[in-house]
Amino acid sequence: MAWLKKLAGAVVVLGGAAAAAGWFLSAPVRLDAGTVAQLGPGDAAKGKRIFYAGGCTSCHAKPGAEGDARLQLVGGLELKTPFGTFVPPNISQDHKDGIGAWSEEDFANAMLKGVSPSGEHFYPAFPYASYARMKPADIADLYAFMKTLPAVAGKAPDHRLSFPFTIRRGIGLWKLLYLSPEPVIALPNGTPDKVLAGRYLVEGPGHCGECHTPRDIAGGVKKSEWLAGAVAAEGSGVVPNITSDGKSIKSWSEADIANYLETGFTPDFDSVGGAMVEVQRNMAQLTADDRAAIAAYLKAVPAHPNGYPARKPAS
Amino acid sequence: MRKLVIAISMLAFAGSVAYADPVQDRQALMKERGKLAGQLSKVVKGEEDFDAAAVLKTLQALQANAEKFDVEKLFPAGSDKGDTTAAPKIWEDMAGFKADEDKFLANTKAAVASPPGDVDGLKAQLNTLGGDCGACHQSYRVKKS
Repeated sequence: MAWLKKLAGAVVVLGGAAAAAGWFLSAPVRLDAGTVAQLGPGDAAKGKRIFYAGGCTSCHAKPGAEGDARLQLVGGLELKTPFGTFVPPNISQDHKDGIGAWSEEDFANAMLKGVSPSGEHFYPAFPYASYARMKPADIADLYAFMKTLPAVAGKAPDHRLSFPFTIRRGIGLWKLLYLSPEPVIALPNGTPDKVLAGRYLVEGPGHCGECHTPRDIAGGVKKSEWLAGAVAAEGSGVVPNITSDGKSIKSWSEADIANYLETGFTPDFDSVGGAMVEVQRNMAQLTADDRAAIAAYLKAVPAHPNGYPARKPAS
Repeated sequence: MRKLVIAISMLAFAGSVAYADPVQDRQALMKERGKLAGQLSKVVKGEEDFDAAAVLKTLQALQANAEKFDVEKLFPAGSDKGDTTAAPKIWEDMAGFKADEDKFLANTKAAVASPPGDVDGLKAQLNTLGGDCGACHQSYRVKKS
Protein backbone atom coordinates (compact mmCIF):
# COMPACT_ATOMS: atom_id res chain seq x y z
CA MET A 1 0.00 0.00 0.00
CA ALA A 2 2.96 2.31 -0.52
CA TRP A 3 1.17 4.01 -3.41
CA LEU A 4 -1.72 4.92 -1.17
CA LYS A 5 0.63 6.49 1.33
CA LYS A 6 2.28 8.38 -1.49
CA LEU A 7 -1.07 9.55 -2.77
CA ALA A 8 -2.15 10.66 0.68
CA GLY A 9 1.15 12.45 1.07
CA ALA A 10 0.69 14.16 -2.28
CA VAL A 11 -2.84 15.22 -1.37
CA VAL A 12 -1.64 16.66 1.93
CA VAL A 13 1.22 18.49 0.25
CA LEU A 14 -0.97 19.79 -2.58
CA GLY A 15 -3.75 20.70 -0.21
CA GLY A 16 -1.29 22.49 2.02
CA ALA A 17 0.18 24.30 -0.94
CA ALA A 18 -3.29 25.32 -2.14
CA ALA A 19 -4.18 26.54 1.32
CA ALA A 20 -0.93 28.48 1.58
CA ALA A 21 -1.45 29.93 -1.90
CA GLY A 22 -5.05 30.80 -1.04
CA TRP A 23 -3.94 32.47 2.17
CA PHE A 24 -1.25 34.36 0.32
CA LEU A 25 -3.54 35.39 -2.56
CA SER A 26 -6.38 36.45 -0.32
CA ALA A 27 -4.25 38.83 1.75
CA PRO A 28 -5.55 42.41 1.91
CA VAL A 29 -3.48 44.65 -0.37
CA ARG A 30 -3.01 48.30 0.48
CA LEU A 31 -2.30 51.19 -1.85
CA ASP A 32 1.24 51.55 -3.11
CA ALA A 33 3.30 54.56 -2.02
CA GLY A 34 2.97 56.19 -5.43
CA THR A 35 -0.81 56.35 -5.20
CA VAL A 36 -0.69 57.55 -1.60
CA ALA A 37 1.65 60.36 -2.73
CA GLN A 38 -0.96 61.46 -5.29
CA LEU A 39 -3.59 62.07 -2.62
CA GLY A 40 -2.37 65.49 -1.57
CA PRO A 41 -4.27 67.88 0.65
CA GLY A 42 -7.98 67.67 -0.10
CA ASP A 43 -10.33 70.54 -0.90
CA ALA A 44 -13.60 70.21 1.03
CA ALA A 45 -15.56 72.42 -1.38
CA LYS A 46 -14.67 70.17 -4.29
CA GLY A 47 -15.28 67.10 -2.16
CA LYS A 48 -18.94 67.98 -1.77
CA ARG A 49 -19.48 67.23 -5.46
CA ILE A 50 -17.79 63.85 -5.08
CA PHE A 51 -19.88 63.14 -1.99
CA TYR A 52 -23.11 63.58 -3.98
CA ALA A 53 -21.77 61.82 -7.05
CA GLY A 54 -20.91 58.89 -4.78
CA GLY A 55 -24.29 58.86 -3.10
CA CYS A 56 -22.71 58.11 0.31
CA THR A 57 -25.76 59.36 2.16
CA SER A 58 -28.15 56.96 0.38
CA CYS A 59 -26.75 54.02 2.32
CA HIS A 60 -25.01 55.61 5.31
CA ALA A 61 -27.65 58.09 6.54
CA LYS A 62 -30.08 56.81 9.11
CA PRO A 63 -32.95 55.15 7.20
CA GLY A 64 -35.75 57.66 6.55
CA ALA A 65 -33.62 60.70 7.42
CA GLU A 66 -34.63 63.93 5.68
CA GLY A 67 -32.95 67.29 5.17
CA ASP A 68 -29.76 67.98 7.11
CA ALA A 69 -30.16 64.72 9.00
CA ARG A 70 -29.03 63.03 5.78
CA LEU A 71 -25.55 64.32 6.54
CA GLN A 72 -25.48 62.37 9.80
CA LEU A 73 -23.81 59.25 8.44
CA VAL A 74 -24.65 56.95 11.30
CA GLY A 75 -25.51 53.90 9.16
CA GLY A 76 -28.05 51.23 10.01
CA LEU A 77 -29.88 50.66 6.72
CA GLU A 78 -30.51 46.98 6.00
CA LEU A 79 -29.57 45.69 2.57
CA LYS A 80 -31.13 42.26 2.20
CA THR A 81 -29.30 40.27 -0.46
CA PRO A 82 -28.92 36.61 -1.41
CA PHE A 83 -25.66 36.57 0.60
CA GLY A 84 -27.35 37.83 3.74
CA THR A 85 -28.15 41.21 5.23
CA PHE A 86 -25.52 43.93 4.94
CA VAL A 87 -25.73 46.90 7.30
CA PRO A 88 -23.80 50.00 6.19
CA PRO A 89 -21.73 51.19 9.18
CA ASN A 90 -21.35 54.56 10.86
CA ILE A 91 -19.03 56.67 8.68
CA SER A 92 -19.62 59.92 10.57
CA GLN A 93 -16.71 61.78 12.16
CA ASP A 94 -17.26 60.11 15.53
CA HIS A 95 -13.82 58.90 16.68
CA LYS A 96 -15.06 55.75 18.35
CA ASP A 97 -18.07 54.62 16.32
CA GLY A 98 -17.38 56.34 13.01
CA ILE A 99 -14.31 57.13 10.91
CA GLY A 100 -13.25 60.33 12.68
CA ALA A 101 -9.93 58.76 13.68
CA TRP A 102 -9.05 57.62 10.15
CA SER A 103 -6.14 59.23 8.32
CA GLU A 104 -6.48 60.28 4.71
CA GLU A 105 -4.46 57.20 3.76
CA ASP A 106 -6.82 54.94 5.74
CA PHE A 107 -9.75 56.47 3.90
CA ALA A 108 -8.07 56.02 0.51
CA ASN A 109 -7.31 52.36 1.29
CA ALA A 110 -10.98 51.81 2.11
CA MET A 111 -12.25 53.55 -1.02
CA LEU A 112 -9.74 52.25 -3.56
CA LYS A 113 -8.71 48.89 -2.11
CA GLY A 114 -11.58 47.89 0.15
CA VAL A 115 -9.22 47.48 3.10
CA SER A 116 -9.97 48.72 6.62
CA PRO A 117 -7.42 50.52 8.81
CA SER A 118 -6.98 47.30 10.79
CA GLY A 119 -6.16 45.44 7.57
CA GLU A 120 -9.42 43.56 7.03
CA HIS A 121 -11.30 43.25 3.75
CA PHE A 122 -14.55 45.17 3.48
CA TYR A 123 -17.47 43.39 1.86
CA PRO A 124 -18.06 44.66 -1.68
CA ALA A 125 -21.60 45.73 -0.74
CA PHE A 126 -19.52 48.85 -0.09
CA PRO A 127 -18.99 49.55 -3.79
CA TYR A 128 -15.22 49.97 -3.79
CA ALA A 129 -15.05 47.87 -6.95
CA SER A 130 -16.41 51.04 -8.60
CA TYR A 131 -14.64 53.55 -6.36
CA ALA A 132 -11.34 51.86 -7.29
CA ARG A 133 -11.63 53.75 -10.60
CA MET A 134 -11.58 57.13 -8.84
CA LYS A 135 -8.74 59.65 -9.01
CA PRO A 136 -6.69 59.87 -5.81
CA ALA A 137 -7.17 63.65 -5.77
CA ASP A 138 -10.96 63.17 -5.68
CA ILE A 139 -10.59 60.77 -2.75
CA ALA A 140 -8.59 63.43 -0.92
CA ASP A 141 -11.26 66.06 -1.63
CA LEU A 142 -13.99 63.72 -0.43
CA TYR A 143 -12.02 63.03 2.75
CA ALA A 144 -11.73 66.77 3.38
CA PHE A 145 -15.47 67.27 2.83
CA MET A 146 -16.40 64.41 5.14
CA LYS A 147 -14.25 66.00 7.84
CA THR A 148 -16.77 68.89 7.80
CA LEU A 149 -19.73 66.58 8.54
CA PRO A 150 -20.99 65.95 12.07
CA ALA A 151 -19.75 63.26 14.44
CA VAL A 152 -22.62 61.05 15.51
CA ALA A 153 -22.19 58.34 18.13
CA GLY A 154 -23.75 54.91 17.77
CA LYS A 155 -22.63 51.69 16.12
CA ALA A 156 -24.80 50.14 13.43
CA PRO A 157 -25.55 46.43 13.92
CA ASP A 158 -23.18 43.88 12.35
CA HIS A 159 -23.83 42.29 8.96
CA ARG A 160 -25.85 39.09 9.19
CA LEU A 161 -24.44 36.78 6.54
CA SER A 162 -24.59 33.08 5.85
CA PHE A 163 -21.58 30.77 5.55
CA PRO A 164 -19.21 30.87 3.62
CA PHE A 165 -19.67 34.63 3.16
CA THR A 166 -18.85 35.07 6.82
CA ILE A 167 -15.18 34.45 5.99
CA ARG A 168 -13.84 37.88 5.17
CA ARG A 169 -10.54 36.55 3.95
CA GLY A 170 -12.35 34.99 0.98
CA ILE A 171 -13.01 38.50 -0.32
CA GLY A 172 -9.32 38.68 -1.19
CA LEU A 173 -9.89 36.08 -3.91
CA TRP A 174 -12.99 37.97 -5.08
CA LYS A 175 -10.87 41.09 -5.40
CA LEU A 176 -8.38 39.29 -7.64
CA LEU A 177 -11.23 38.69 -10.05
CA TYR A 178 -13.16 41.93 -9.84
CA LEU A 179 -11.11 44.77 -8.38
CA SER A 180 -9.38 46.90 -10.98
CA PRO A 181 -8.85 50.62 -11.51
CA GLU A 182 -9.27 50.20 -15.28
CA PRO A 183 -12.36 51.68 -16.99
CA VAL A 184 -15.05 49.15 -17.92
CA ILE A 185 -15.75 50.60 -21.34
CA ALA A 186 -12.69 51.29 -23.45
CA LEU A 187 -13.30 54.44 -25.47
CA PRO A 188 -11.33 55.23 -28.63
CA ASN A 189 -8.88 58.11 -28.95
CA GLY A 190 -10.70 61.29 -29.83
CA THR A 191 -13.71 60.51 -27.64
CA PRO A 192 -15.20 63.86 -26.55
CA ASP A 193 -14.19 65.03 -23.07
CA LYS A 194 -17.84 65.12 -22.08
CA VAL A 195 -18.20 61.37 -22.65
CA LEU A 196 -14.95 60.66 -20.78
CA ALA A 197 -16.15 62.79 -17.87
CA GLY A 198 -19.42 60.87 -17.89
CA ARG A 199 -17.57 57.56 -17.92
CA TYR A 200 -15.63 58.61 -14.86
CA LEU A 201 -18.76 59.67 -12.97
CA VAL A 202 -20.80 56.58 -13.93
CA GLU A 203 -18.13 53.90 -13.60
CA GLY A 204 -16.31 55.46 -10.64
CA PRO A 205 -17.96 57.51 -7.91
CA GLY A 206 -21.53 57.14 -9.27
CA HIS A 207 -21.19 53.32 -9.10
CA CYS A 208 -24.26 53.00 -11.37
CA GLY A 209 -23.14 49.57 -12.58
CA GLU A 210 -23.42 48.08 -9.10
CA CYS A 211 -27.22 47.94 -9.42
CA HIS A 212 -27.77 48.35 -13.17
CA THR A 213 -25.53 45.43 -14.23
CA PRO A 214 -26.33 41.75 -13.68
CA ARG A 215 -23.94 39.79 -11.45
CA ASP A 216 -22.37 36.39 -11.92
CA ILE A 217 -22.57 33.57 -9.41
CA ALA A 218 -19.66 34.94 -7.38
CA GLY A 219 -21.32 38.31 -7.08
CA GLY A 220 -19.12 40.20 -9.54
CA VAL A 221 -20.70 42.45 -12.14
CA LYS A 222 -20.81 40.97 -15.64
CA LYS A 223 -18.87 43.53 -17.64
CA SER A 224 -20.10 41.88 -20.85
CA GLU A 225 -23.59 43.04 -19.91
CA TRP A 226 -22.57 46.42 -18.53
CA LEU A 227 -25.61 48.52 -17.48
CA ALA A 228 -28.03 46.04 -19.09
CA GLY A 229 -30.23 46.08 -15.99
CA ALA A 230 -30.62 43.34 -13.43
CA VAL A 231 -32.93 41.65 -11.02
CA ALA A 232 -32.58 43.83 -7.93
CA ALA A 233 -29.80 42.43 -5.71
CA GLU A 234 -31.48 44.12 -2.79
CA GLY A 235 -35.21 44.53 -2.33
CA SER A 236 -37.63 43.38 -5.02
CA GLY A 237 -38.30 43.92 -8.71
CA VAL A 238 -35.79 44.83 -11.39
CA VAL A 239 -33.33 47.63 -12.00
CA PRO A 240 -33.80 48.92 -15.56
CA ASN A 241 -31.56 48.46 -18.55
CA ILE A 242 -29.92 51.84 -19.16
CA THR A 243 -28.08 50.97 -22.36
CA SER A 244 -29.59 52.15 -25.64
CA ASP A 245 -31.27 48.78 -26.06
CA GLY A 246 -33.36 49.19 -22.95
CA LYS A 247 -37.03 49.97 -23.27
CA SER A 248 -36.67 52.54 -20.53
CA ILE A 249 -34.23 54.97 -22.06
CA LYS A 250 -33.94 53.93 -25.71
CA SER A 251 -36.12 56.81 -26.85
CA TRP A 252 -34.68 59.34 -24.40
CA SER A 253 -32.45 62.12 -25.67
CA GLU A 254 -29.36 63.17 -23.75
CA ALA A 255 -31.36 66.18 -22.54
CA ASP A 256 -34.12 63.82 -21.32
CA ILE A 257 -31.61 61.79 -19.29
CA ALA A 258 -30.07 64.91 -17.79
CA ASN A 259 -33.51 66.31 -16.97
CA TYR A 260 -34.55 63.05 -15.32
CA LEU A 261 -31.44 63.14 -13.12
CA GLU A 262 -32.23 66.75 -12.19
CA THR A 263 -36.01 66.60 -11.65
CA GLY A 264 -36.95 62.93 -11.29
CA PHE A 265 -39.40 63.10 -14.20
CA THR A 266 -39.13 60.79 -17.19
CA PRO A 267 -39.90 62.27 -20.64
CA ASP A 268 -43.40 60.77 -20.46
CA PHE A 269 -43.82 62.19 -16.94
CA ASP A 270 -43.64 59.11 -14.94
CA SER A 271 -41.53 59.75 -11.86
CA VAL A 272 -38.41 58.21 -10.47
CA GLY A 273 -39.09 55.28 -8.12
CA GLY A 274 -37.52 52.72 -5.82
CA ALA A 275 -33.89 53.03 -4.77
CA MET A 276 -33.35 55.47 -7.67
CA VAL A 277 -35.24 58.14 -5.73
CA GLU A 278 -32.27 58.57 -3.38
CA VAL A 279 -29.85 58.47 -6.30
CA GLN A 280 -31.76 61.12 -8.21
CA ARG A 281 -31.78 63.40 -5.16
CA ASN A 282 -28.01 63.17 -5.10
CA MET A 283 -27.68 63.67 -8.86
CA ALA A 284 -29.79 66.83 -8.54
CA GLN A 285 -26.96 68.25 -6.38
CA LEU A 286 -24.43 67.94 -9.23
CA THR A 287 -23.85 70.59 -11.87
CA ALA A 288 -25.76 70.63 -15.16
CA ASP A 289 -22.45 69.81 -16.87
CA ASP A 290 -21.98 66.69 -14.78
CA ARG A 291 -25.50 65.47 -15.54
CA ALA A 292 -24.99 66.18 -19.25
CA ALA A 293 -21.74 64.20 -19.15
CA ILE A 294 -23.47 61.21 -17.57
CA ALA A 295 -26.14 61.37 -20.27
CA ALA A 296 -23.53 61.54 -23.04
CA TYR A 297 -21.71 58.49 -21.66
CA LEU A 298 -24.92 56.46 -21.33
CA LYS A 299 -25.63 57.13 -25.00
CA ALA A 300 -22.10 55.93 -25.83
CA VAL A 301 -22.07 52.59 -23.97
CA PRO A 302 -22.68 49.43 -26.04
CA ALA A 303 -26.33 48.40 -26.24
CA HIS A 304 -27.32 45.12 -24.56
CA PRO A 305 -30.63 43.28 -24.27
CA ASN A 306 -32.19 43.36 -20.82
CA GLY A 307 -30.14 41.66 -18.11
CA TYR A 308 -33.31 40.41 -16.42
CA PRO A 309 -36.09 38.04 -17.47
CA ALA A 310 -39.21 39.31 -19.22
CA ARG A 311 -42.16 40.04 -17.04
CA LYS A 312 -44.50 37.14 -16.56
CA PRO A 313 -47.89 37.73 -18.19
CA ALA A 314 -50.63 38.67 -15.71
CA SER A 315 -52.22 35.55 -14.30
CA MET B 1 -86.77 35.74 2.65
CA ARG B 2 -87.28 38.85 0.57
CA LYS B 3 -85.04 40.77 2.94
CA LEU B 4 -82.36 38.15 2.58
CA VAL B 5 -82.48 38.32 -1.22
CA ILE B 6 -82.22 42.09 -1.09
CA ALA B 7 -79.37 41.91 1.37
CA ILE B 8 -77.48 39.44 -0.79
CA SER B 9 -78.01 41.41 -3.97
CA MET B 10 -76.94 44.58 -2.23
CA LEU B 11 -73.81 42.90 -1.02
CA ALA B 12 -73.10 41.58 -4.48
CA PHE B 13 -73.63 45.03 -5.93
CA ALA B 14 -71.36 46.65 -3.36
CA GLY B 15 -68.79 43.99 -4.13
CA SER B 16 -68.96 44.54 -7.87
CA VAL B 17 -68.53 48.28 -7.42
CA ALA B 18 -65.60 47.95 -5.06
CA TYR B 19 -63.91 45.43 -7.32
CA ALA B 20 -64.85 46.95 -10.71
CA ASP B 21 -61.21 47.09 -11.69
CA PRO B 22 -59.25 49.05 -9.19
CA VAL B 23 -55.98 48.35 -11.01
CA GLN B 24 -57.19 50.03 -14.20
CA ASP B 25 -58.81 52.86 -12.29
CA ARG B 26 -55.72 53.72 -10.30
CA GLN B 27 -53.49 53.42 -13.35
CA ALA B 28 -55.74 55.82 -15.26
CA LEU B 29 -55.54 58.34 -12.43
CA MET B 30 -51.75 58.01 -12.26
CA LYS B 31 -51.45 58.47 -16.04
CA GLU B 32 -53.58 61.60 -15.85
CA ARG B 33 -51.47 62.87 -12.97
CA GLY B 34 -48.29 62.36 -15.00
CA LYS B 35 -49.78 64.16 -17.98
CA LEU B 36 -50.70 67.15 -15.84
CA ALA B 37 -47.24 67.25 -14.26
CA GLY B 38 -45.86 67.08 -17.79
CA GLN B 39 -47.80 70.18 -18.83
CA LEU B 40 -46.27 72.08 -15.91
CA SER B 41 -42.83 70.74 -16.68
CA LYS B 42 -42.98 72.03 -20.26
CA VAL B 43 -43.49 75.52 -18.88
CA VAL B 44 -40.64 75.12 -16.38
CA LYS B 45 -38.32 73.90 -19.14
CA GLY B 46 -39.27 76.89 -21.29
CA GLU B 47 -40.87 74.78 -24.01
CA GLU B 48 -44.10 76.65 -23.43
CA ASP B 49 -44.75 80.21 -22.28
CA PHE B 50 -45.84 80.87 -18.73
CA ASP B 51 -49.59 81.53 -18.74
CA ALA B 52 -50.80 82.06 -15.17
CA ALA B 53 -54.40 81.11 -15.95
CA ALA B 54 -53.45 77.92 -17.77
CA VAL B 55 -51.03 76.94 -14.99
CA LEU B 56 -53.71 77.47 -12.35
CA LYS B 57 -56.12 75.32 -14.36
CA THR B 58 -53.56 72.52 -14.48
CA LEU B 59 -52.90 72.80 -10.75
CA GLN B 60 -56.64 72.61 -10.10
CA ALA B 61 -56.85 69.52 -12.27
CA LEU B 62 -54.03 67.99 -10.22
CA GLN B 63 -55.91 68.73 -7.03
CA ALA B 64 -59.10 67.19 -8.46
CA ASN B 65 -57.09 64.14 -9.48
CA ALA B 66 -55.61 63.83 -5.99
CA GLU B 67 -59.07 64.12 -4.42
CA LYS B 68 -60.30 61.24 -6.55
CA PHE B 69 -57.42 59.06 -5.41
CA ASP B 70 -59.17 57.14 -2.63
CA VAL B 71 -56.50 54.67 -1.60
CA GLU B 72 -58.86 52.30 0.19
CA LYS B 73 -61.13 51.95 -2.84
CA LEU B 74 -58.32 51.85 -5.37
CA PHE B 75 -56.09 49.42 -3.47
CA PRO B 76 -58.48 46.85 -1.97
CA ALA B 77 -57.04 43.68 -0.49
CA GLY B 78 -56.16 41.25 -3.27
CA SER B 79 -55.47 43.92 -5.89
CA ASP B 80 -51.75 43.33 -5.58
CA LYS B 81 -52.02 40.60 -8.21
CA GLY B 82 -51.90 40.79 -11.98
CA ASP B 83 -50.66 43.59 -14.18
CA THR B 84 -49.68 45.99 -11.44
CA THR B 85 -46.50 47.58 -10.20
CA ALA B 86 -48.03 48.31 -6.80
CA ALA B 87 -45.56 47.13 -4.15
CA PRO B 88 -46.67 44.67 -1.44
CA LYS B 89 -45.64 47.34 1.05
CA ILE B 90 -48.89 49.22 0.29
CA TRP B 91 -50.85 46.51 2.06
CA GLU B 92 -48.28 46.11 4.81
CA ASP B 93 -48.36 49.81 5.60
CA MET B 94 -51.64 51.23 4.30
CA ALA B 95 -51.44 54.11 6.81
CA GLY B 96 -48.01 55.19 5.53
CA PHE B 97 -49.19 54.91 1.93
CA LYS B 98 -52.25 57.03 2.70
CA ALA B 99 -50.09 59.60 4.49
CA ASP B 100 -47.93 60.01 1.36
CA GLU B 101 -51.03 60.47 -0.80
CA ASP B 102 -52.49 62.96 1.70
CA LYS B 103 -49.26 64.94 1.58
CA PHE B 104 -49.51 65.17 -2.20
CA LEU B 105 -53.14 66.29 -1.93
CA ALA B 106 -52.21 68.94 0.66
CA ASN B 107 -49.41 70.23 -1.59
CA THR B 108 -51.72 70.49 -4.63
CA LYS B 109 -54.20 72.42 -2.48
CA ALA B 110 -51.44 74.74 -1.28
CA ALA B 111 -50.34 75.33 -4.88
CA VAL B 112 -53.88 76.15 -5.99
CA ALA B 113 -54.36 78.44 -2.99
CA SER B 114 -51.28 80.49 -3.89
CA PRO B 115 -50.76 79.99 -7.62
CA PRO B 116 -47.30 80.84 -8.97
CA GLY B 117 -46.78 84.25 -10.53
CA ASP B 118 -43.83 83.28 -12.68
CA VAL B 119 -41.76 80.37 -13.94
CA ASP B 120 -39.52 80.32 -10.86
CA GLY B 121 -42.52 80.10 -8.57
CA LEU B 122 -43.90 77.24 -10.64
CA LYS B 123 -40.53 75.51 -10.64
CA ALA B 124 -40.45 75.52 -6.85
CA GLN B 125 -43.98 74.11 -6.67
CA LEU B 126 -43.29 71.45 -9.26
CA ASN B 127 -40.18 70.43 -7.33
CA THR B 128 -42.31 69.91 -4.23
CA LEU B 129 -44.96 67.96 -6.10
CA GLY B 130 -42.39 65.93 -8.03
CA GLY B 131 -40.67 65.15 -4.74
CA ASP B 132 -43.98 63.75 -3.50
CA CYS B 133 -44.21 61.52 -6.60
CA GLY B 134 -40.74 60.15 -5.92
CA ALA B 135 -41.22 59.76 -2.18
CA CYS B 136 -44.25 57.55 -2.71
CA HIS B 137 -42.80 55.61 -5.66
CA GLN B 138 -39.67 54.95 -3.63
CA SER B 139 -41.49 52.66 -1.22
CA TYR B 140 -44.79 51.75 -2.79
CA ARG B 141 -44.04 50.95 -6.41
CA VAL B 142 -41.86 48.16 -7.71
CA LYS B 143 -40.41 47.96 -11.22
CA LYS B 144 -41.09 44.59 -12.78
CA SER B 145 -39.60 44.96 -16.23
